Amino acid sequence: MLYGPDSGKANALHTLFDIMVAEDRIDYHPMSSVVAIAEGALHVLTPGGRRIFGYDRLILATGATDRLAPVPGWQSAGVYSLGAAQIALKAQGVALGRNIVLAGSGPLLTLVAYQLLKMGAQIAAVLDTAPLSAQVAALPDMLTRPGLVLRGVAMRLQLGRRYHAGVTLEGIECDEYGPAAVRWSDARGTSRVTPCDMVGLGWHLRAETQLAGLAGCAFDYDEGWAQWLPRTDRLGRAVEGVYLAGDGVRILGADGAELSGRLAAAACLADLGLSAPDVASNLRRQARYERFARALARAFPWPAALVRAAPDGTIVCRCEGITAGEVREAAVHGGAEANRVKSLSRLGMGRCQGRYCQLAGNELIAARTGTAVCDAERLREQAPVRPVPIAAWMRES
Amino acid sequence: MKPSAQKDFGNGRIVRLVEFNRPRVRFFLNGAEGEALAGDTVLTAILVCSPALRRSEFGPETRAGFCLMGSCQDCWVWLEDGVRLRACSTPVYEGMRLATEAPEVWP
Repeated sequence: MLYGPDSGKANALHTLFDIMVAEDRIDYHPMSSVVAIAEGALHVLTPGGRRIFGYDRLILATGATDRLAPVPGWQSAGVYSLGAAQIALKAQGVALGRNIVLAGSGPLLTLVAYQLLKMGAQIAAVLDTAPLSAQVAALPDMLTRPGLVLRGVAMRLQLGRRYHAGVTLEGIECDEYGPAAVRWSDARGTSRVTPCDMVGLGWHLRAETQLAGLAGCAFDYDEGWAQWLPRTDRLGRAVEGVYLAGDGVRILGADGAELSGRLAAAACLADLGLSAPDVASNLRRQARYERFARALARAFPWPAALVRAAPDGTIVCRCEGITAGEVREAAVHGGAEANRVKSLSRLGMGRCQGRYCQLAGNELIAARTGTAVCDAERLREQAPVRPVPIAAWMRES
Repeated sequence: MKPSAQKDFGNGRIVRLVEFNRPRVRFFLNGAEGEALAGDTVLTAILVCSPALRRSEFGPETRAGFCLMGSCQDCWVWLEDGVRLRACSTPVYEGMRLATEAPEVWP
């Protein structure tokens, strides 16, 4: 419904897709969800029930979610991800509260604040944990895409005195209905309290990789993006017959996702012995996008210190209310390994399957045991990758 | 801070900013009639008139969804016949009967 300055690009892409569907060139299954991959087949929940699709080549484009860090009080109703605030605005035309605080870091923080303001929502504060110095230091490499930088700066200026860089988040004060205020301290260390009734949180993006894991992909910890990413070649080839594209491989944003889709398709065609387009110019563009994206990651870093300093009572797993103290204790008894801590504490075992707690969990494990974050390993993904109503699953489509 | 003095949730936690003129859709929430607009998700429909979608099973707080992209599973609610659905990605329809607690017939 409501797209920003990239509406032309988004519309062109959707129109192209609709034409391919209308011309019967692709077999499209909307409202369907792959919940398992095993033995060369996808197990899919469709509106009609369960279906199995065999494949000999698989291109996964699973995208990303917000990357979240635990803040005391974030389990309350009325605390959302930044992405949620943007989806609500763009797809539903609504604001998720009457008096909004947005906090975290990353390009989405400024963008969502700007979009909400423009549509008439009330924003009390925009709290960026990234210090201005980090943002300035990353600027030279960010200027590989000067148009985006200019757009970002222009939006930032519109936020005026609502925007604060280099903040420390202390907690969200809640009453029985939800957030009442955010406690934070500014870059000088002065304590502040900002009343609100909604909080949007997010620290850039986290690649959604559960299906890639089930498809047998290997992973490496990427220090720059502070997360595990599937191992692929430059075209997106992962393991035999499996290709990955989009933010689910590397966080390059919308333009980068489109580009990586083209590269993965070219790799797939070439591997099938069919004629594939020349990818040289696309690879050069991808390298430029990656340089920009890595600079973004340095400008708006994962808040490791904030997570490590979380009080013991802070809930880390929103799904099952598991606290930072419980995770620390499990790390002491179970060792510095995420899957063992999961067994002992249930961190990562809830509804979201670790999507919103895994990175924070590893940070806590590493801090408590004096190890590196990557040494805590990643949670092994388990099918189904999201909950499925049994009655729907029993129905064969 | 006393909530009642600060906030009026009579109209829910979600505020419409645009598109006030979409056709109206009547639905039921815990037996009471509510009004949504065509194109609303179940999450929007409920939170325009109510502060929460469900209670947490693991803590004292209520929940109102979190990611809105089908990823966190925070927003599951019920139909009165026991069917569970993800409020953020299910459209509301005329006459829909929703519940924020598990119905007694829940299988």
